[in-house]
Amino acid sequence: MNNEPAQQNNAILFFGSLGRWFLRAIESMGDATVLSVTSLAHLFAKPWQGKHIVIQLYALGVGSFVIIAITGAFTGMVLALQGYYTLAKFGSESLLGSGVALAIIRELGPVLGAFMMVGRAGSSITAEIGIMRVTEQLDALQMMAVNPKARIILPRIIAMIISLPLLVSMFDIIGLGAGYIVGVELLGVNGGAFIGEMIAKITPMDLYAGWVKALGFGILIGVICTYMGYRATPTTEGVAKATTQAVVAGSVGVLILDYILTSFFL
Amino acid sequence: MIRTEKLSRHFDDVVALDSTDIHIKEHQTTVVMGGSGSGKTTLLRLLAGLECPTSGHIWYGKDDLNGISQKNLYKLRSRMGMVFQYSALLNSLSVYDNVAFPLVEHTQLDESVIHTMVTMKLEQVGLRGFEKFMPSQLSGGMAKRVAFARALAMDPEIVFFDEPTSGLDPISAGVIASLIGDLTQRTKMTSIVVTHDVHAGLAIADHVILLWQGKVIAEGTSDVIRHSDDARVQQFIEGRPDGPIPFSRSETSYIEDLLHKPGTVRMS
Repeated sequence: MNNEPAQQNNAILFFGSLGRWFLRAIESMGDATVLSVTSLAHLFAKPWQGKHIVIQLYALGVGSFVIIAITGAFTGMVLALQGYYTLAKFGSESLLGSGVALAIIRELGPVLGAFMMVGRAGSSITAEIGIMRVTEQLDALQMMAVNPKARIILPRIIAMIISLPLLVSMFDIIGLGAGYIVGVELLGVNGGAFIGEMIAKITPMDLYAGWVKALGFGILIGVICTYMGYRATPTTEGVAKATTQAVVAGSVGVLILDYILTSFFL
Repeated sequence: MIRTEKLSRHFDDVVALDSTDIHIKEHQTTVVMGGSGSGKTTLLRLLAGLECPTSGHIWYGKDDLNGISQKNLYKLRSRMGMVFQYSALLNSLSVYDNVAFPLVEHTQLDESVIHTMVTMKLEQVGLRGFEKFMPSQLSGGMAKRVAFARALAMDPEIVFFDEPTSGLDPISAGVIASLIGDLTQRTKMTSIVVTHDVHAGLAIADHVILLWQGKVIAEGTSDVIRHSDDARVQQFIEGRPDGPIPFSRSETSYIEDLLHKPGTVRMS
């Protein structure tokens, strides 16, 4: 029996749905960019949203500090532990400090910090804005002649852009401190060698690369999470779906952007 | 004051509003009534500029809402207030802050003046003393009254009410309805009320517009509506189940659907 036409049909359907998905993704990216740019255009416009930016900085930045600190500490501890037993095979335990520092500052600090921010702060941004959409609070703001893009979107994007590099810096410091405690205090690596190697191998470019990544991730997460909430279907299911999509898109976006930025800095 | 010209709004294949021409007069209470899905809320959202029409025009005096700049739309909205069906209070703010919100945003008034104004508005809706409550601590009726106070905060010229009495106990519904009527008369504001509460609607209306399937089927004073010869109008105001307005919205045959749709009823 010849089932070639059916196979061709399936192939057409597959590529058709793939194409539609791709077009929808491009359309969403364009829409998210327009929403963010039109929101950020209110940054220097009156009324100045400084108070609301500070409120969001506290909610997103200070509120995420504990989870960032815990993640940083355990990342540094695990890296020191894994690094020590690998380096010990070659008698190079003294390189532990530089290994831990390079891994945290260049990669793990920005990436894991960004993942934590997507999960903790990004999801709450999407859910909060989505619920405001469902309960007509965004419409109520419009009716009170208050622009929701300036009042709701802008402060959250700015807060994410400012807070993520700061939190990543905290992540780095706590991770290095935890790595030092495990490597030097628990595993017996020479403290002078640990710090000396760290200082010798870390260049200003490494620090700069880490901050640029954190800044890029902050913009990305802020844009994606506010967009997903603002455009959420105004139903409970719609908000749940938007929140999930924001976390998935944010996390995948961080990995893709990380690869792009890393290729520039190497 | 507000006039629509062949105003239509479609949602994909669904026609929510079909080439509607209405005229809302200044300083009056205009009540828009109709069954569920008749296009009342769509009309209200279009008039408030919260949605764009598929075609047609909305005139505020000489200003067409179509193509109006955002700056001018916000300028127009500073003369408006709106009470949403589910209140739409800002969840993160207390009752006081919700009512004070428009004053803080759009005026340079001293905190003490704002406090006095908020107290006055809350007294008008019978909720003085509830300033510190959060929206989550309020009943539906109380939330609606706070939304009413917020809508009145800037002493607007036009106030939109979306189902102001739905979900309220008879006393709260009566209080809200009489508040709308009293305030419209006393403050010379223009009220546009969307409701399917026939009793409250006819009691407060200076002008009634009755919608069915996105079209105006009757308009006039409450008395004109009450004595209308149109069987659809009489069925609606009397709440009769039988008449020209069908209860069922299905267009296909019930028996056909039962017999032919898989997974429903199997006839052997």
